[in-house]
Amino acid sequence: MQSTLLIVLLGIIALAYHFGRKRAVAVAGGPTQIKTLHSLPTYYGLYAALWAGLPALLLLGFWAGFQETVVTAMVKAQLPAEMTAGLSPGRLGLLVNDIRNLATGNIVSSEVTPEIQAAADNYLRLQGIASIALWALVLAVAAGGISLAWRSMAPQLRARNRVESTIMVILVVFSSIAILTTLGIVLSVVFESILFFRSVPLTEFFFGTHWSPQIALRADQVGAAGAFGAVPLFTGTLLISFIAMLIAVPIGLMSAIYLSEYAPRRVRSLAKPALEILAGIPTVVYGFFAALTVAPFVRDLGASLGLDVSSESALAAGFVMGIMIIPFVSSLSDDVINAVPQSMRDGSYALGATQSETVRRVIIPAALPGIVGGVLLAVSRAIGETMIVVMAAGMAANLTWNPIESVTTVTVQIVTLLTGDQEFDSPKTLAAFALGLTLFVVTLTLNIIALHIVRKYREQYE
Amino acid sequence: MSNPATPDGANSPRRAIDAVNASLKRRYAAEKRFRLMGMSAVILGLAFVAILFVDIVAKGWPAFQQTSIQLPIYFDAQVIDPEGTREADTLSRANYVVLARDALRAQFPDVQGRTDVRALNAMLSPGVPQQLRELVMADPSLIGTTQEIWLIADDDVDQFVKGAIPRDVPELERRVKDQTVAWIDALDERGRIEKKFNTTFFTAGASREPELAGIAGALMGSFYTLVLTLLFSFPIAVGAALYLEEFAPKNKWTDIIEVNINNLAAVPSIVFGLLGLAVFISFFGVPRSTPLVGALVLTLMTLPTIIIASRAALKSVPPSIREAALGVGASPLQTQFHHVLPLAMPGMLTGTIIGMAQALGETAPLLMIGMIAFIVDIPGGFTDPSTVLPVQIFLWADSPERGFIEKTSAAIMVLLGFLLLMNLTAVLLRRKFERRW
Repeated sequence: MQSTLLIVLLGIIALAYHFGRKRAVAVAGGPTQIKTLHSLPTYYGLYAALWAGLPALLLLGFWAGFQETVVTAMVKAQLPAEMTAGLSPGRLGLLVNDIRNLATGNIVSSEVTPEIQAAADNYLRLQGIASIALWALVLAVAAGGISLAWRSMAPQLRARNRVESTIMVILVVFSSIAILTTLGIVLSVVFESILFFRSVPLTEFFFGTHWSPQIALRADQVGAAGAFGAVPLFTGTLLISFIAMLIAVPIGLMSAIYLSEYAPRRVRSLAKPALEILAGIPTVVYGFFAALTVAPFVRDLGASLGLDVSSESALAAGFVMGIMIIPFVSSLSDDVINAVPQSMRDGSYALGATQSETVRRVIIPAALPGIVGGVLLAVSRAIGETMIVVMAAGMAANLTWNPIESVTTVTVQIVTLLTGDQEFDSPKTLAAFALGLTLFVVTLTLNIIALHIVRKYREQYE
Repeated sequence: MSNPATPDGANSPRRAIDAVNASLKRRYAAEKRFRLMGMSAVILGLAFVAILFVDIVAKGWPAFQQTSIQLPIYFDAQVIDPEGTREADTLSRANYVVLARDALRAQFPDVQGRTDVRALNAMLSPGVPQQLRELVMADPSLIGTTQEIWLIADDDVDQFVKGAIPRDVPELERRVKDQTVAWIDALDERGRIEKKFNTTFFTAGASREPELAGIAGALMGSFYTLVLTLLFSFPIAVGAALYLEEFAPKNKWTDIIEVNINNLAAVPSIVFGLLGLAVFISFFGVPRSTPLVGALVLTLMTLPTIIIASRAALKSVPPSIREAALGVGASPLQTQFHHVLPLAMPGMLTGTIIGMAQALGETAPLLMIGMIAFIVDIPGGFTDPSTVLPVQIFLWADSPERGFIEKTSAAIMVLLGFLLLMNLTAVLLRRKFERRW
């Protein structure tokens, strides 16, 4: 419905451009008199198109964003009082969902009572009215814009300046979207986290050692009290990230050193992109590899050594995550190693140092801040990585440092808590946002520090 | 004393060169070791790449074939359409299972008893009735005739024929029992069982049965999502890059934006999923599980990548181009749109393709916004519930059936194929249009 309107609107914009141009030429007194126009005729066309399209598009976007919310609120307000009385917000949400499903012809979870049927009809009616109103309003706004542009067409109209300043405004809006995204992230996680910390104290979340977010459906249920001590998640995340870095840092760093200091050009030009393939592989592929190839392998290996390795061991997940991060470490280290000036190498050789001594005593110390920055970025990447751990690490929150046991991570819990349908305001779902906030703050801090170090370091040698 | 360069007394003619020579062997050995370590790191890294690919291809290769059983099906008019009306409704409701089962029984007339018959019937996929239905619906004149038809075999049979279920394990530990093995061998002798190219995999949507599952639904979902992502992110990213690189005054505000973009590029993708859930779905009421909401989230995620690449592309256009354009009287915006942008476009497109490849492979944020639902129908638009290829891979990887392992690997092969194609395009584009000024 709205997409048809969008297409119609795009057609109107194209027409407005065409006729705006023609009109400008006509106002000037024919093609021979174009020189009397302030701007090129194209700009008059664009001017008309902007007037026709911009306000209407803004209205359409705004309306499309809020129609559903407003209509639902209206349906909710018109429900008979006896139906809504005594319902928790969660139950009310389910009821509204049912009404919406009934109206759109989906499967309904509860019995269809006449009241619900009436509400669904009401919903459909309101949606219909809203659609018609939207069409009428958008077309009216577009027509208004066109007529405005039409009447202002005159040779002395500064069309180019007006079009250009509008485009500048649009560019500014586009570049603020990055800020808006950050703001959106912060607001969405902070808002939900505040709700969460109202029911679960901060100290319990950050220092509690028991994590079991299942909330009891009945009061007498066993083992379902809902405990939100996130320490096991933090240790699990750190354990897996640590294993990953244990794999990624030596291999990544050494291969960067070898490729930039030792390898012949041909080897470098082949091996570097081949290693970078690892960076382009989707994480879900690594997850599959970890869960179906590496984890059984590690388990069998452990069994042959007489160890009882969990089939969701932190070792397997961390190992594969390490593989994923290798190109990250190696390309960042490669950059900083190449940034070390050649004169420092030459100086070291002149003193009689061998190549490896030069690397170890001169290049690495000189490149250290950059390498540390790169490693920090890699750590933040490992902490935020999701799919590998969702597929290969465990669900149960164990507080352990033993790499052959199963641990869970912050990201795994966010995914488990939020996949599937559930009430939006139970502590269980809100806990996911609190975890998300923690994750965001930690990775952001790491990134800021790392980017700062890397930038400082670059300046040093420029 | 500590300085070996000064000989201490006439009795010990130690010179610096002696100390150096004495340590040379050790130092050269260290040098060799270091070099070896570096080389083995590179080899190890490359080995991981190789193992990963070999593992996936070895697992996924069989999925492109599907075991089929050829049976002479008698399209019994009594079963399909007893009244002879040939109405579409009657034809689609007919009991096609009976036809296939009768034909299979005819192959093994000596099978008796309920359990045995059930085991025999289980050799055919639950998708067989649908297969026959489609045949009859397409050509009602089949009714009353007998046709040799290749029917889809059940996934256990399929796995056995492909050798994924080994023959030489004790019967109790094997999903395919001795009885079924004997039937398969008998059919094989008669040339009635064969591996054929698996078209279902490319034309069907998701299914609980491995032999009926395909990636068409996920591919369409990915396609719709990517189209929208491209439509949203490209103009926004180019606009933002243009403003930040060419017009923005150097002040605190643009500094903040810049730091912000760099940081957003490193925010874990799952956090974008939380944003999508809280803002797009809960606040704006964008329908869940649709390519639309997926594209909105992926747009925000890929924007930093494309903006950074686009800015680099703009930076590489020499200032003389701008000065020349301004010199002949172009306005600043005309300079940008008519002269700088066309020159920077290849670089911007390369960045965009890389961003799109990133979006195509992304899974975690899409799980948050409900694209994980089990959807059988192939989506037909931007607001149909759908899933995407990586999420489909995730769902299949979670399925317990043996047959899904090869489907998952095959889906991964398709996904990697698309990614390879996109990255190759980016590389070629860069090569073709790269210009040194």
